[in-house]
Amino acid sequence: MRFVLRRAGFFVLTLWACVTLNFLLPRLMPGNPAIALMAKFHGRLNPVALKAIEVAFGVNTNESLAAQYVSYLHDLATGNLGISLTFFPTPVSVVIRGAILYTLGLVGVTTILAFIIGTLIGIVGAWRRGGWLDSILPPVFVITSAIPYFWVGMLLILVFGIKLNWFPYDFAYDPSLSPSLTLPFIGNVIVHSILPAIAILITSIGGWILTMRNTMITTLAEDYVKMARAKGLSSRRIMFDYAARNAILPNLSGFAMSVGFIVSGAVLVEYVFNYNGLGYLLVQALDSEDYPLMQALFLLITIAVLIAILLADIVTAILDPRTRSAR
Amino acid sequence: MAILTGAAIGEPAPGITRQGGQPHPGQALGRIWRAIRSNKKAFAGASLLAIFTLLAIFPWAIARDNPQAEIYGRSLGPSAAHWFGTTYYGQDLFAQAVWGTRETLLIAVVSGALSTFLSVIMGLAAGYLGGLWDAVLNFITDVLLVIPTFPLLIIIVAYLPGIGIPGLITVLVITGYSYGARQLRAQTLSIRGRDYLEAARVRGERSSYVILVEIIPSMTSLIVATFLGTAVYNVLAAAGLQFLGLGNPDSVSWGTMLYWAQNNEALQTDQYLWAIIPGALIGLLGAAFALINYAFDEISNPALARVPLTRTRQLNPVLRRLSANRAN
Repeated sequence: MRFVLRRAGFFVLTLWACVTLNFLLPRLMPGNPAIALMAKFHGRLNPVALKAIEVAFGVNTNESLAAQYVSYLHDLATGNLGISLTFFPTPVSVVIRGAILYTLGLVGVTTILAFIIGTLIGIVGAWRRGGWLDSILPPVFVITSAIPYFWVGMLLILVFGIKLNWFPYDFAYDPSLSPSLTLPFIGNVIVHSILPAIAILITSIGGWILTMRNTMITTLAEDYVKMARAKGLSSRRIMFDYAARNAILPNLSGFAMSVGFIVSGAVLVEYVFNYNGLGYLLVQALDSEDYPLMQALFLLITIAVLIAILLADIVTAILDPRTRSAR
Repeated sequence: MAILTGAAIGEPAPGITRQGGQPHPGQALGRIWRAIRSNKKAFAGASLLAIFTLLAIFPWAIARDNPQAEIYGRSLGPSAAHWFGTTYYGQDLFAQAVWGTRETLLIAVVSGALSTFLSVIMGLAAGYLGGLWDAVLNFITDVLLVIPTFPLLIIIVAYLPGIGIPGLITVLVITGYSYGARQLRAQTLSIRGRDYLEAARVRGERSSYVILVEIIPSMTSLIVATFLGTAVYNVLAAAGLQFLGLGNPDSVSWGTMLYWAQNNEALQTDQYLWAIIPGALIGLLGAAFALINYAFDEISNPALARVPLTRTRQLNPVLRRLSANRAN
């Protein structure tokens, strides 16, 4: 119970730190970006939008910093994230809602796939230590994990999109279709997500392989594994039920963490493929200096990670009693 | 460990520190050098890194063209005069690739070194001093650890338009030190009660002395590993930021090459090399660091060292055959 409380305490403190960081960052920056922005948009934006920027950045107000902070917190608590400048006058929350499903679908599915495939390769690699699989895959994926993943995306676009014309490489679905829950539309979305998904898979699978393989190797030297061999249990049973089951913990908690990072998505892959998820939205907000949207996305991304970490801690504590007493 | 537990966060392997005694840093570096020579992966990585370092220091010896000069034909294909062809603006791509090494490597090494330095200070101070120090320092590190780095980088750099290389490096250091700090803290906690540290305390040495002279030398391996890991990450993060046009798009680096290639739709307009070459170079540089790091893991953790056959096969062929027959 103390354990859960301490974790919850950290959660609340970190959340507060992130919210405050989000509030302070634009106000601390030299040469207030909002003033430059307002000068730029002056006469082009209507007064409501200008007001939105003023509120978001605390310019042209007589309010003290503390008062601004209080009203900022109040807005957040009531879910008022401000108004997007890029998609004016759509509220930020509506803009985000339109993009979040695509990111969750693309990055979510690829994260799960990378975890499953990587863990399996790690298990088999450690089991057949020094075999062909173990000699080739781990080093190869160590190298691919050092390649910029957006560049892998660009290569895939070049080969499978432009040259071979096998897959579409622009946008999350055919713009001639309108989003709906029908089979043709869903199929279209899946086809559009194949190339970006492969780009993410190639560059993210290495971490899972390495962690699993290295923990598994340590586990295989344990006495209970020798005992299982001595009992004459089948290889498969020893591999999965004895060794992998005990070695998977680090990978599992890593997986729980990466669930949080799904929301922050693969910013650059989405950008390269013009895939209209949250990451692409973040780049768009950056290009058009849409600070309210940027702030909201950052906050959303951070909260997702925080929740995932809280869950990861709890899951680990349930699965592994040793961690409960650890500092 | 506070938030994350165990190997998920890469808690150092048990074999990574040398036990007890008064380890000497020169000795440890010598050990690292021997290890690099004896390990194929480490050697490949170190050789690559050496080549890139030469390119970064002496780019004019290899590419005489001014990488920025827009003096050639536009979008030429590869030829004897222009090995990689030219950009849409008429710049020589080979010269850009060679001269771009300097900035990319500089960012990787300097930000990697500085953030490792910060990791050491924060991690060791938190782990060794304990108490309130630990609570405060560790909280700062934990917060920075959980905030997704790349979006944070984007936001900070977006608020600071036109920050140069020093700015970019500062941001990378602040956002990137936390992971290493956490590992070093965990390691410090685990050796804190060792006798030789106790002895130093009893002798009446100051904390700063104990940390600098007693603890840091015993962690050389882990500190080097932290540097390598951070360097890989920073190569990729800096390239990503430059690819988005953040930082200074007029500088010559592999990331900005990619930015201009993307902006001119190089892939769609048959100027493949413009996009392929800088990315491949970034990948090679990252791979160089990653290979050294991977080999380093094997070296510092004997349990992972490559063995040609599985242990059971060596130790007990009969037992193994028995279980193999039963399997499948």
